[in-house]
Amino acid sequence: MSYINKPKFKHPQMQANDIGLTRRDYEGTLTTLCGGCGHDSISAAIIQAAADMSLEPHRVAKISGIGCSSKIPSYFLSKAHGFNSVHGRMPSVATGANIANKELYYIGISGDGDSASIGLGQFCHIVRRRINMLYIVANNGTYGLTKGQLSATADLGSKTKSGEESQFDNIDMATLAIELGASFVARSFSGDKKQLIPLIQAGLTHKGFAFIDVISPCVTFNNTDFSTHGYKNTWENNVALSGVDFVPLREEITTSYAAGKEKEITLHDGSVVHLHKTDNNYDPTDKENALHHINEHKNQGKIATGLLYINQSTSDLHELQETVDKPLNCLGNQELCPGSEALNDINNTFR
Amino acid sequence: MSELIQSSKVAGLTKVNDFVVKFANVNGSGSASANSMFAKAVFRMGIPISPHNIFPSNIQGLPTWYEVRISEQGYLGRREGVDLIVAMNEQTIGKDIASVVPGGYVLYDSSKVLANELLRDDVNYLPIPLKDICLEEFEKPAQRQLFKNIVYVGALSAFLNIDFEVLTGLVGDQFRGKEKLILPNIHALELGHHYASDNFDCPLSLQLKRSDKNEGKILVDGNTATGLGSVYGGATVAAWYPLTPSTSVVDNFSKYCQRLRIDAGTGKKKYSIVQAEDELAAIGIVIGAGWNGARAFTATSGPGISLMQEFLGLAYFSEVPVVLFNIQRVGPSTGMPTRSQQGDLLCCAYASHGDTKHALLFPATPKECFDYAAGAFDIADRIQSPVIVMSDLELGMNEQICEPLNWDDKSQYDRGKVLNAEQLEEIEKYGRYLDSDGDGIPYRTYPGTHPSKGSYFTRGSSHDSYAAYTEDGAVYAEVMDRLTLKMKTAVDYLPAPEFSESTGNRFGLVYLGTTASAINEVLDDLAKKGIALDTMRIRAFPFHTSITEFIDAHELVYVIEQNRDAQLKSLLKIECNIHEEKMRSILSYDGVLITAQHIEKSILKSMQTLEESGKASA
Repeated sequence: MSYINKPKFKHPQMQANDIGLTRRDYEGTLTTLCGGCGHDSISAAIIQAAADMSLEPHRVAKISGIGCSSKIPSYFLSKAHGFNSVHGRMPSVATGANIANKELYYIGISGDGDSASIGLGQFCHIVRRRINMLYIVANNGTYGLTKGQLSATADLGSKTKSGEESQFDNIDMATLAIELGASFVARSFSGDKKQLIPLIQAGLTHKGFAFIDVISPCVTFNNTDFSTHGYKNTWENNVALSGVDFVPLREEITTSYAAGKEKEITLHDGSVVHLHKTDNNYDPTDKENALHHINEHKNQGKIATGLLYINQSTSDLHELQETVDKPLNCLGNQELCPGSEALNDINNTFR
Repeated sequence: MSELIQSSKVAGLTKVNDFVVKFANVNGSGSASANSMFAKAVFRMGIPISPHNIFPSNIQGLPTWYEVRISEQGYLGRREGVDLIVAMNEQTIGKDIASVVPGGYVLYDSSKVLANELLRDDVNYLPIPLKDICLEEFEKPAQRQLFKNIVYVGALSAFLNIDFEVLTGLVGDQFRGKEKLILPNIHALELGHHYASDNFDCPLSLQLKRSDKNEGKILVDGNTATGLGSVYGGATVAAWYPLTPSTSVVDNFSKYCQRLRIDAGTGKKKYSIVQAEDELAAIGIVIGAGWNGARAFTATSGPGISLMQEFLGLAYFSEVPVVLFNIQRVGPSTGMPTRSQQGDLLCCAYASHGDTKHALLFPATPKECFDYAAGAFDIADRIQSPVIVMSDLELGMNEQICEPLNWDDKSQYDRGKVLNAEQLEEIEKYGRYLDSDGDGIPYRTYPGTHPSKGSYFTRGSSHDSYAAYTEDGAVYAEVMDRLTLKMKTAVDYLPAPEFSESTGNRFGLVYLGTTASAINEVLDDLAKKGIALDTMRIRAFPFHTSITEFIDAHELVYVIEQNRDAQLKSLLKIECNIHEEKMRSILSYDGVLITAQHIEKSILKSMQTLEESGKASA
């Protein structure tokens, strides 16, 4: 149950990270999701990613909407403030929070119902607004909490457990994000930790709006052989456009790659994302190419995953608006109130 | 033609500093700035005025009116009847001329012959060939159109005896930095003034005389004061969606921030304004910012309030400070977007599903718009809940005379109960919703404060004192009861009602917001008839205990409000348990400001009925 805390027992051999915290310090409460739910793997990936990066848990704010996906923030980083807002409106709450304090890390967790249906408008606009955050959609193609209705990301022809078939074209959150100007767009699979963890780390480090569409199967309502969001289909048709490694700034690069088979992307803080090229020679900095690849795979019934698109030259909202360096929530009377003398001058303009 | 009309002249009204001038224009024709120049000139002559814009929800081509009440006694409400009309709109000229009281005046553009059916023999016509004058004097088509308005202001200055230097001073102020525009404007004023002086006996018996009633006062609209009050109140985040009549709140916040909130060293901004994709996002942004410790607000009107309901419930239940300015307009639905009403009282008092209650403030003047805007941020932080400032179009978008805005430099923002890292260090176990002080207000923490203490999960789902999810009914009820207590505590932070000096009369008046503009006049007029009344102006919700006491102390109170359903009366019944028999409603809901005449008539009629029924039962 989400209100039951996990035991705080620490295994003596549990390794501490650079800031002296163990994996346990990054955990949340016990999950209340169904056994085998993809969403729990996302929580686990976030825990691992944050611990490996030595992120200070309390410098993270976790914000979600409503639905199974939006419970996820309870299950990681209990030392971080969390905000489970209203259905489909996480983007606006995250926007406000980010405006108030630009110094924290923001992780937004949403689902396909939350972001592709009721909250599609807010999703589009937070992308346009370039909020500096990591936005994860736990995408299972179904409404789990209301027992298995199709969602807007369900592919045409995909079937739920009850046999309901999707008659409509799906909304592809990743291509939408790219088209709307997201500067970091990835797709992954909750079952592929090796890919998901470095993507989360890169997304958190990226300056600007980072989006990860995570196929996260719903074991209870949408994990049939006829569902394109089930484990079977995702395992079989998941095509990584490139392998991903994330190397934080302070770490030495130890892995060696075959010549000509890797691409190095240095993020704004000096961290490095290594992409091991597969035979397709994929270039994630080319927007048109990214859209082309995603659609081409889709047409073949495949799911293109990995870092789909990255653009490091855009500014976030604070840069665009030229807000002061100090977080707005730290400004006090002295900095904000113009005082009586200025007001008297203004009074004169009303006479 | 003008001779013919002049020959029909009847005895003109003889009034000094006490009349109504109404301008009937086509919107988009540039009349607004000319008309407000007229109003401001009268203001600068020291004579109290109250201008009222009655405009369409349209950009160009529809009728618009600007009504200026001039009142030496300082009656700032609307008055029925027009003493002088400037009839510039052919679509409405019939009705406009008909609205003039007998003995009144009609100023019109005589470049075109006035139709016979528009001739009344009980009013005076003031024909000025505005179009012809402008065609002859100005070359550019835009000037020929725009300056017609300035020419009639010039003519009015002769007719009504406005100091010409006051007008030229206003032109200088208005076009400071655009000096090229000053001379042609002054020329246009002179053209009107000369034409009127040369062709009519000026001034008319309806005229202005310098006075000293506006000493120290200012003339400003409520939305300007609200935007400025938000700057002074420390707001750093504004998120909004454009909506008449609230738009100018954020416009003004932006304007004053650009002037007053730029960091001197870096040139960077100590504020952020986000034009959201809709009202839902606007309030969502405000809640996110408020949760994270910034002072944030949104401004909207009825349709936006409807959209924000779900989020308001979240802010109430998860206890996040929010400041919302509701510049009320006529509903339901789209209603009349450019007309005023006090129609959102109930839907704001209990906004959102489930058991909720919100703090409301009811400003009545631009000065109160400023004070309440600044104060709302303290209250919201103090009670950790939404505060809705209930202005309306009448107050928000019309200039009004009021006392100058003032600020106490010694005052400090009250950020409410917020724990910092040191305070958290001393606490054994932090509970976000623990009522440690017994006032229903718990302690909050901002994200990022302390590495291991003070984090919690904010949620709109049921939670216990430690913010953990619960489906235990008793725990839920405990939280709801604490919220009831919190809203009781909130009353201590809200402005108390304002009472008349008189007490002990049989009857009382209860009102709020812009209705206040009519009350002095009502009391003076009724006093002449030997009727004395006590008054109470409500300034906030939840209600102060003195409100029940006032009503209890009177045989009957008249509850005056500007909506159809007597929403204030309903609130008094619900919240103060006041019996229906103790209250009589006086309502006005045609979209324009309630008048003293309407209130007086209603009171007199009611008293007569009471007297008759008293006799009958005796």
